Amino acid sequence: MRNDDVKTIGILGAGRVGTALARRAVAAGFDVRIATSKPAADIAFLLEIMTPGAKADQAETAISAADIIILALPLSKYRALRPELFAGKIVIDAMNYWAPTDGILPEFEATSSSSEVIQAYLPDARLVRSFNHMGYHEIDEEARSPGDPDRRALALAGNDPQARRVVADFVDRLGFDPVDAGTLAASRNFAGGTPIFGAKLGRSEMQSLLEGKARALSTAGSDA
Amino acid sequence: MEIGVYSFGDVQRDPATGKLGSTAQATRNLLEAIQLADQVGLDYFGIGEHHTYEMPASAATVVLGAAASMTKNIKLGSAVTVLSTDDPVRVYQQFATLDALSNGRAEITAGRGSSTESFPLFGHSLNDYDELFAEKLDLLLEVNEKESITWSGKFRPALNDALIVPRPDAGSLPIWLATGGNPHSSVRAALLGLPVAYAIIGGQAARFAPLADLYRRAAEQAAIPGAPVKISIASPGFIGDDAAKAKDLWWTHWHAAMSSLGAIRGFAAPQRPHFDQDANGGGALFVGSAIEIAERVVNLHRSVGHMRQFFQMDLGQLPQKDFLRSIELLGTQVKPLVDAELGIAKPQ
Ligand SMILES: NC(=O)c1ccc[n+]([C@@H]2O[C@H](COP(=O)([O-])OP(=O)(O)OC[C@H]3O[C@@H](n4cnc5c(N)ncnc54)[C@H](OP(=O)(O)O)[C@@H]3O)[C@@H](O)[C@H]2O)c1
Repeated sequence: MRNDDVKTIGILGAGRVGTALARRAVAAGFDVRIATSKPAADIAFLLEIMTPGAKADQAETAISAADIIILALPLSKYRALRPELFAGKIVIDAMNYWAPTDGILPEFEATSSSSEVIQAYLPDARLVRSFNHMGYHEIDEEARSPGDPDRRALALAGNDPQARRVVADFVDRLGFDPVDAGTLAASRNFAGGTPIFGAKLGRSEMQSLLEGKARALSTAGSDA
Repeated sequence: MEIGVYSFGDVQRDPATGKLGSTAQATRNLLEAIQLADQVGLDYFGIGEHHTYEMPASAATVVLGAAASMTKNIKLGSAVTVLSTDDPVRVYQQFATLDALSNGRAEITAGRGSSTESFPLFGHSLNDYDELFAEKLDLLLEVNEKESITWSGKFRPALNDALIVPRPDAGSLPIWLATGGNPHSSVRAALLGLPVAYAIIGGQAARFAPLADLYRRAAEQAAIPGAPVKISIASPGFIGDDAAKAKDLWWTHWHAAMSSLGAIRGFAAPQRPHFDQDANGGGALFVGSAIEIAERVVNLHRSVGHMRQFFQMDLGQLPQKDFLRSIELLGTQVKPLVDAELGIAKPQ
């Protein structure tokens, strides 16, 4: 898929992150569909007010119509996703593991990044982790045009280089400077507990933090 | 509009010696703060629930009960009661007792809480996070409706025609649903016929305007007779005699609080420009002079339409004297300025 072929964004989750990303994606001119675990009709009213222009949908149809799918549901619910629907799809994983609200999930207590667990669960998805290290309201409040000196950087990582390029372009169109961190294993470098998580960084600061981290990858701790 | 304060009963650090005060002293300091808030004409004081050395206010109703006998007008409530890990029957009895002692000034604000220390403490599993809250809220609301209840659920023994006393003189207690910005929660509050308490602790406060709109329109659709459709806002805030000095002082305490929270939750400590962004204009940190804060509250009111705003001032081991001065300025200066702009709050 070429970058300019991306027209439809399917978002799973209509919470804080899902609605913030939907508003930005609508503003950037994408066709946006949102689904939760409930019937589309249940969220239509909520979306009408919170994300005007985005359509309420069922997960299955939103996924099949989407050029990019965004996972913005609680990580603890990932097993409700149906892996066969994601085959060949570009998927952005915006989720984080946070035991105090997700509960203790042993598979995420290991040292690999949470996105590697999700990729293993969705083996045929072209998974890219991004948007996870920024507070939900900053997605709305801090988006800036390209070249703005205050434009913030967003890290992304995934095993499929072409999917990374497509997601980088999407990040850019939403109002942030994409910084490619490499393969999915590197996504632990912008997970909870790293200096990137929750920090307001520009592109070059982000790059140097990621480069420093990449060298220290073997000593990385657990993912949050 | 109603104006108030909330606190987690934080321990203070002595600015002269740098020593951290005791949790017992912090508890007495909290009582002193509530008394002053009443004396300076504030409308509401809320106590949160935490179980840490830094934030030892684990038994809000005991402190509020003591405050009830020392105060006249101020409403006394929680901010918030971590309902998921408590027994709703016991919560209700405690607040109904407070209501009796304070002649009808007690309120409950139920939420999940942003901290989860109470889960292991009281033997609950975080894996039941959502389910626990839903069930306990259901029971709490039922106890508020009926003196005798028959109820069964998953997380506590069934009740068979159980009498829950004392009963509030007004028939029921105000129960607020606390939320931090999840749109589903605003809809839930409306469908349950509850007033909603927004915690706005960072970013631009007016982003809650669409949520307030969602809440009101969902309440309109639900059309529950007699349901109070009201919004309150809890936000960090601090008032000083001089705006710049207030910001400099409070930055150090907020930074300390956010850094220790960040260390626990894995986010990077905020920097000063980040603070300045949120502590000015439309930001969610209401820190500055009385005139400035009154103006910012009024501006927020114009977009969200809330009927109460209350501030968490004593974060990060703020010295008691600064906490008290801030309460005094809030009551004697901010509140009259807000009233002058928006009209005196009608009793609700
Ligand atoms: N909050 C932040 O600032 C932030 C920032 C970055 C990343 N994150 C991460 O992003 C994720 C979402 O966070 P949030 O704060 O937006 O959560 P939230 O406000 O609780 O929203 C979660 C949404 O997911 C939906 N959902 C639940 N199960 C689903 C399923 N099986 N399929 C599709 N949708 C489902 C929920 O609706 P129903 O329950 O009705 O289905 C709800 O709309 C989390 O993993 C979080 O760690 C959060």
